[in-house]
Amino acid sequence: MANYLEFEESIKEIVEQLEQAKELEEKSQVDVSKTTKALEKKLKDERKKIYENLSAWQKVQVSRHPDRPYTLSYINSITKGDFIELHGDRNVKDDKAMVGGIGMIDGQSVMFIGQQKGINTKMRQYRNFGMANPEGYRKALRLMKLAEKFNIPVVTFIDTPGAFPGLEAEERGQGEAIARNLMEMTTLKVPIICIIIGEGASGGALGIGIGDKVLMMENTWYSVISPESCSSILWRSWDFKEQAAEALKLTANDMLDNKLIDGIIKEPIGGAHSNPEEAYELVKKEIIKQLDKLIPLEADKRVANRIRKFSNMGVVNEGKK
Amino acid sequence: MGWFKRIKHGILTPTQEKKETPEGLWYKCPNCNTVVPQDDHIENLYVCIECNHHERIGSEEYFNLLFDEGKYSEINKSLSAADPLKFKDTKDYDKRIKATQEKTKLKDAVRTAHGTVDGEKLMVAAMDFNFIGGSMGSVVGEKIARAIDYCIKNEMGFMMISKSGGARMMEAAYSLMQMAKTSAKLTQLAEAKLPYLSFLTDPTTGGVTASFAMLGDLNFAEPNALIGFAGPRVIKETIGKDLPEGFQKSEFLLEHGFLDFIVERKNLKTKIGQVLRLLNSSKS
Repeated sequence: MANYLEFEESIKEIVEQLEQAKELEEKSQVDVSKTTKALEKKLKDERKKIYENLSAWQKVQVSRHPDRPYTLSYINSITKGDFIELHGDRNVKDDKAMVGGIGMIDGQSVMFIGQQKGINTKMRQYRNFGMANPEGYRKALRLMKLAEKFNIPVVTFIDTPGAFPGLEAEERGQGEAIARNLMEMTTLKVPIICIIIGEGASGGALGIGIGDKVLMMENTWYSVISPESCSSILWRSWDFKEQAAEALKLTANDMLDNKLIDGIIKEPIGGAHSNPEEAYELVKKEIIKQLDKLIPLEADKRVANRIRKFSNMGVVNEGKK
Repeated sequence: MGWFKRIKHGILTPTQEKKETPEGLWYKCPNCNTVVPQDDHIENLYVCIECNHHERIGSEEYFNLLFDEGKYSEINKSLSAADPLKFKDTKDYDKRIKATQEKTKLKDAVRTAHGTVDGEKLMVAAMDFNFIGGSMGSVVGEKIARAIDYCIKNEMGFMMISKSGGARMMEAAYSLMQMAKTSAKLTQLAEAKLPYLSFLTDPTTGGVTASFAMLGDLNFAEPNALIGFAGPRVIKETIGKDLPEGFQKSEFLLEHGFLDFIVERKNLKTKIGQVLRLLNSSKS
């Protein structure tokens, strides 16, 4: 059973009509191909209409759509299963909210790393809702260092509501773990591509988000705080999440306009969840395209460019000298 | 049953009869309620004589405390916040900035200055918590970046005095990227083999903890400072339990391996001098 967001009601209706028509065809052997064709076109148009005009808050909702593909689905599809998952940070444990491993993409080995969300209630708990603990960030760093040793490029998939704010996370240094990654990723000698595939919430996202190319999928968000938390802190109420989403300028378009990311990956019409296979393909193509550009560069050059790019972020008033 | 019955009458003092101490003359410690003359309190570096509670102080106090003879040169003094997102919550961000600047007489939440500390050259970046919670926006990131550039050019160590609630929400992703920016600049300082001392004071949380504050060659803190990634309230809500005594305090972080030592304010200057001499005196 597919899930629908409130603004997808009209899509749901057409999908249901389409299913009914197909059912009718099976039962009564009546040719309904004309009707289904018309409905399919209508569905496409409706999806296009809705998805071309999403508000910031609606994009946040799409980024959290329960049918949206998660990190391991991307990896398995992109590598056609030629992938070995690697576990553990070698210190404390294996963080289930942060996955990683080596896979093959178009004849090139790649180290994939990303936050992983669960597909049902049980799995969501198992994956801690995609909220990594310090050992998750340290596992990510271990895998990046491994990649560096064998000159394998790194691709990270970012999809997290934030780093886990727990007691043990603090005991084991959540802040230190994220900070360390920021510094280490800055100087990592291999190419790094970071792709926001869902939610990009704050330090928890940035902890695997320092790259030569930082890309956002069309219907994702990336900011310093979620619109809900922003609303509760600045408006002192949970009711201003739509305004907060607008004010934070957290959509892919806004982020690109503000030069805080390097590019946007288009999604299938109706969002990645409406056609995951197409989404995998679009992401794969983009990874190959970016790697082709990054691999030929000297490692020192890549690192220097990375430092320069992040150093240029921010807008200040110089004031009177 | 009368257990809670008031027996003595008239112990409620009417407001108008309450004895108020004139502001500015006395300091009352929020921890142990000891009252001392303000002058004595300042003399004791804003530390409670009775219980050693370190009162929060700002960049000016730290500069005066650290730099020899109180002499220092401040750099990039005029930098102030732009409002690239035209951010508006219950108040316009640019108006919030103006009002805070007038109230605090500060330009933003960090000041950077260099001089000698116990005879050793040092750049110090000190945060001011009373400027929007010491929050890190583009100005904080840029001033730290330029201070690091200055250190590399002039071969001096860098010390960060963190005191911040984290990233500045009104600059949204710009403020998030200051974490990336400052960490990237610190790699250049490290490449130049110049010391980076990270001094954490009450409070240091959020994006500041998750970037430069935890990246020192040495990390050290004032006693009993709140230091953490997530704030205590958020953690309490997440786990649904009360937090243990001393959780996220300096002593807790030292015990868990994230600080090199804790230093009292009165020993800060000599300790830094010692650290710099020890780091810089190898003949090999």
